[in-house]
Amino acid sequence: MNHPLIAKFLRLSACALFSFDSAALANDWLQFRGPDSGAVANESSGPGSKVQIGWKTDLPGRGLSSPIVVGDKVFITCSSGPEQQSLHVFCFDASNGKPIWERVMRATGRTMSHNKTCVAAPTPCSDGKRVFALFSSNDLFAFDLDGNLLWLRGLTYDYSNASNSLGMSQSPTVIGGALVIQSENDSESFAAGIDVKTGVNLWKIDRPKAANWTSAVHWNPDGGQALVALQSSKGLLGLDPFSGKQVWDYADGASTIPSSAVGSGALFAVSHGITALKPDGNSISQLWRNEELNPGTASPLALGNALYVVNKAGVLIKAKLSNGDEEWKLRLKGPISGSPVAAGQYIYIASERGDFQVIDTSAKEGAVVQTLVLKETILCTPAIAKGAIFIRSDGTLWRLNG
Amino acid sequence: MKLITHLSFLTLCATTATADLTSSIEKLRSVGREGSGNTDASEAWQEVVKTEASNLPAVFEGMNGANPLAENWIRAAVDTIVDRTLATQKELPISELKAFIADTKHSAAPRVLAFDLIRKVSPEEAEKITPSLLEDPSSDLRRYPIVKLIEDGEKLLGKKDTQAAGATFEKALISARDEDQIKKLTKSLRDLGKKVNLVKHFGFLTEWHLIAPFTNVERKGFNEVFPAEKEINLATTYPGKTGQVKWVEYKSTDEYGMIDFNKPFGMEKQVTGYAYTEFNSTEEREAEIRLGCKNGWKIWLNGKLIFARDEYHRGMKLDQYKLPAKLQKGKNAILVKCCQNEQTEEWTVEWQFQLRVCDSTGTAISSAP
Repeated sequence: MNHPLIAKFLRLSACALFSFDSAALANDWLQFRGPDSGAVANESSGPGSKVQIGWKTDLPGRGLSSPIVVGDKVFITCSSGPEQQSLHVFCFDASNGKPIWERVMRATGRTMSHNKTCVAAPTPCSDGKRVFALFSSNDLFAFDLDGNLLWLRGLTYDYSNASNSLGMSQSPTVIGGALVIQSENDSESFAAGIDVKTGVNLWKIDRPKAANWTSAVHWNPDGGQALVALQSSKGLLGLDPFSGKQVWDYADGASTIPSSAVGSGALFAVSHGITALKPDGNSISQLWRNEELNPGTASPLALGNALYVVNKAGVLIKAKLSNGDEEWKLRLKGPISGSPVAAGQYIYIASERGDFQVIDTSAKEGAVVQTLVLKETILCTPAIAKGAIFIRSDGTLWRLNG
Repeated sequence: MKLITHLSFLTLCATTATADLTSSIEKLRSVGREGSGNTDASEAWQEVVKTEASNLPAVFEGMNGANPLAENWIRAAVDTIVDRTLATQKELPISELKAFIADTKHSAAPRVLAFDLIRKVSPEEAEKITPSLLEDPSSDLRRYPIVKLIEDGEKLLGKKDTQAAGATFEKALISARDEDQIKKLTKSLRDLGKKVNLVKHFGFLTEWHLIAPFTNVERKGFNEVFPAEKEINLATTYPGKTGQVKWVEYKSTDEYGMIDFNKPFGMEKQVTGYAYTEFNSTEEREAEIRLGCKNGWKIWLNGKLIFARDEYHRGMKLDQYKLPAKLQKGKNAILVKCCQNEQTEEWTVEWQFQLRVCDSTGTAISSAP
């Protein structure tokens, strides 16, 4: 399927889509860690220094996936049943939390996972017109925003050894007409580009045979055509999302849990601590490396001129984006599994125990300016849109207003 | 005459509509691997969801014998039809759906979906059906009466009627197929001093011949063909990883049927072992071989490889892998290859598997004497 004409058409479609819808999409939170997987929203989209519960609604099943926000709708996935075989895709009204539609599908792949995670671990994504929901069972569904099923795939039905008995969590990402998914595990490990209109493969490549829970990030520092960067234990691979062709390869190893960050024209790979990388054409060069910056489960965040890392002890470390030098440390309430997100000068993160924390990065040593106790286990990464935070537990979806 | 013409027209319309629905459902049923059929299915789905709720039984019938991808296409259609029907204050054909559930000639998936629908819109009707599902071919549907029996048994315990409680738990256990319910019932019965034979209930195969160790250095043993893959001769010795190796008899006493290579061969690493047994079937039949294993493994049934997986130490559970298999009448030879890797962490010590033979609902099939 690596036909050059198809790839060209998809690139043109992507440009058209972005130019047409860019204003609307800019304020949405369309995937894991939001716009271009950078985890940073427009300042106007954020809630500021203080949040309160706007609404909350019950969810019928487990989930580590983040909510995404498309226009006035919030989408979220859950899994339920004794073997987590029921796969829920929900659409809620962002303004009041009322359900608009729900589709309940059945897993066609394996649903076994570690107790801490679940089948609804990958975050769905959207191109503004469609919602793509992937589950740990490797079931992939495309709906329009009104809940009409457009296509589906059973990726373990297709590739019978593509599964991980601990569960998978790699979130899909969409660039124009290509949906990029990863199913990286010890056995039949692969990544694929999938046509958003038909659900068929545009390309499929073998990936390292090693369990991997990281998600891809976008790389388009000049605002042009984005590449997708796939992370694994081998390193970071830059690909054309429409053909799957390798553009550059950083092969010095990387984490298999926290994903890399992007910002200010560089990639911040979770590799030997943090390694700042500068892709240029088909090559990639190292800007700096700080082996003391070791993220725990949370992915790092590039905000303004700083990089923020949450280590295993639940300490937030601020480092200079330019050289990785540490500036300050701030202890958060932990333990922390979800990743930080930001808008303006504020970082938002939840602890596993449900302490939702607002951090003012402009304070001299950083400061937790609010802790909202949500009293439920939270393992997900929040979404930011419409001046609010959207965050979930196994049983609840909240909107936190500014 | 006008009335006859009108009725004929309505009949024609209905016939055409039914034909269109059948044709559209057939397109949903035609989806296959790697997205094949998605484009046609997407168009057909838009037609299916226009159908009235009165046609839901026909939509459910479309799931009979369908592949799991097609089942999901139809599930989403049912959700959509139901949403629209309920939003317009119209009623669902509950009686027809109940009849659909009662007819066990239909596949399990649409019957479960129909029951879920009744539970959603008419819980009291679902409750009425529930007791009839105790021996249902679908383990999903059996869960509901078993939940009820567990509740009944606990109430009886609360009244100190241990005899009736025990009888209720025993009745539930006979029909239970899901591990969580079986574990719960086993504990309740054992608390009452009653015996439970889990090996028999699940149908674990516990008597094997084992041979090991062959090499699995650099995990290469997984794909290396050792003698057991070429012949089964239980009396012969073969060159192994560290010397001559021979088949040894092994009988598991574990109530979850664990076949533990570490027991006869020691806690070796980077090794490969084989387990062989024979299963006597009274008839040629479809069955499932269900395996739990956290090592690399392969399984052959009557010399034919039915699945292989090279994942190590990511977890193990009952029925982790459900492998469709066709048993032949009489002797069936089952060979399991079990590979241990190089990891040295405490949680990578296990070199074992559990295996049972059952039908697609999880009901044990016993080896005939």
